[in-house]
Amino acid sequence: MSTSPRRTHPSGGRRRRGMWNLLLLVPLFTLITPIFNYDQPRLGGMPFFYWFQFVGIPVGVLCTVVVYRASRGSAGPRDVDALEEGTRR
Amino acid sequence: MTPSQVTELAIFIALFAAVTVVGFVAVRWRAGSAGSRMDHLDEWGLGGRRFGSWISWFLLGGDLYTAYTFVAVPALLFASGALGFFALPYTVVTYPLVLLPLLRLWSVSRVNGYVTPADFVRGRYGSPTMALLVAVTGIVATMPYIALQLAGLEAVLRTMGLNGSGLVGHLPLIVAFVILAAYTYQSGLRAPALIAFVKDILIYGVILVAIIYLPAKLGGFGPIFHAADTKFTAARSGGLLLTGTNQLQYATLAFGSALALFLYPHSITGVLASRGREVVKRTMAALPAYSLMLGFLALLGYVAVAAHTKPIVNGATGKADSNTIVPALFSSQFPSWFAGIAFAAIGIGALVPAAIMSIAAANLWTRNIYKEYLRRDADDRSQARQAKLASLVVKLGAVAFIVLINPQYAIDLQLIGGVIILQTLPAVVIALYTRWLHIGGLITGWTAGQAYGLALLYQIPNPAAGSKHFGGSALALGKISVFGAHPFGGSPVQIYVGFVALVVNLGVAVVVTLLLRAVRVPIGADATRVADYHAEAGFPDTASPAGVLAQA
Repeated sequence: MSTSPRRTHPSGGRRRRGMWNLLLLVPLFTLITPIFNYDQPRLGGMPFFYWFQFVGIPVGVLCTVVVYRASRGSAGPRDVDALEEGTRR
Repeated sequence: MTPSQVTELAIFIALFAAVTVVGFVAVRWRAGSAGSRMDHLDEWGLGGRRFGSWISWFLLGGDLYTAYTFVAVPALLFASGALGFFALPYTVVTYPLVLLPLLRLWSVSRVNGYVTPADFVRGRYGSPTMALLVAVTGIVATMPYIALQLAGLEAVLRTMGLNGSGLVGHLPLIVAFVILAAYTYQSGLRAPALIAFVKDILIYGVILVAIIYLPAKLGGFGPIFHAADTKFTAARSGGLLLTGTNQLQYATLAFGSALALFLYPHSITGVLASRGREVVKRTMAALPAYSLMLGFLALLGYVAVAAHTKPIVNGATGKADSNTIVPALFSSQFPSWFAGIAFAAIGIGALVPAAIMSIAAANLWTRNIYKEYLRRDADDRSQARQAKLASLVVKLGAVAFIVLINPQYAIDLQLIGGVIILQTLPAVVIALYTRWLHIGGLITGWTAGQAYGLALLYQIPNPAAGSKHFGGSALALGKISVFGAHPFGGSPVQIYVGFVALVVNLGVAVVVTLLLRAVRVPIGADATRVADYHAEAGFPDTASPAGVLAQA
């Protein structure tokens, strides 16, 4: 049954993907309060505490997108998203 | 009622009516073959499992960023300052953390036709008991959450002058909810999915305008933060920065909430309705766009301080309702037509999650209690009918909650909900990766985590509200006792209760697992296969009998 090609890729590829997945832990830096619990420097009147955490958003997106891209090559056909469920079989 | 309130109300009603029409016609939207339409739980409860990236993004955005979020997060910053900002890191860390587990859950659910997280637990361990615990936890945690959406909706209605006392005061809310219940009954998950487009576009527009217009009007962010700082200093409570005692609380609350978010049944329903793994990945990468909005929205709490906004006194309870702070801010700072749009955005923002939550709770009831224990031979048609009825009961319960009981209890229960839903993490998330934890360990761990979490919450007073118990989720480390011993002494450093309870839960689960494995107690049958967790839509893997049935 389980004959889909992507699970036959060598374990090296799998390990490399595993390394990329570690990027998903990077956004956790926004939980380390001692590094940003300061008022200065301000940005446009906004204390560091606030704008630092706003910066966490693009960092989180970047990490997720990189993992998404890295997993794409080995995750089967690209157009899989375009398949209409139910009509295909 | 003032003339400007009449304008606000007229716009609100017009938009609400438009959304109602959308809700009813949604039943025809992307409907499956005529014969199966709405007669199958996959159609009613998961929208046919064929939502693409855009729909999933709007649906989950509408699902997770609720009306209550819009009113409560700024209200928290307004009242206590920096601590309320935890909502931002919470949504920053959650999507990267849940991405991989959700992909596995999506695949295994697609292959095996699972509709709820409890279905998965049932299949993974062959244990109806653990599935029941997960289902009951989900329903109990979701009910007050729905009630809070009502509280958000009511905050808006009361700001517009519909601020009566007694049952009459609740009437607008009841009318709104009966309409919601009717189209959810008819259209299922398609109704909130379609309405979510309207909701999110309205909300985005309103926030964008608010965040540019209001600071400009009040002299920029510098004076706004200064005004907030002055207020906190004068009140000797809260502040623009965290203190020595609440930093750990901030981090663990954000982390615990991030872990809990996708354990809620309504989040999982939104994910399982996606068409494929690619859709889940794209949605998780794109959802932080809402976090940006949430961050700015949170700051409106400080804007309200700078604008000298006063919360409105609730006509039913006679107390100042801090949840009205954002509606009151909009009402005082914007022209009435724009305030009307903003209120409609918040009001519709209550309907979308309330609909999805009631559908998710109904799915749990139908699949894991009704079919498991009451009518084992229930076919697809009667399951779908049962779920539709259950969604009505759930909404009725939520309305009764707000009308008959003090809304404050809904807030307390929502707090408890976050703690208890977190205790399903080992059974749902860890089980996605390994069956190392014994089913006996999972059940005892769940029990210990719930008991310990509730006991800790019970001890937390809320001096501001004058209640002795369930006054918050911040626990002083000094209060943690391990069989009478206090490992942290009298430390005043605070931590999130849910996090402590989860640690206890996991600890007990591991110890019991080791014991049961040592005496070789059988672990139960696994109905899933390794390949199921990577299966893509349309791949041969999904063609297992159950998968075909689920999609037929």
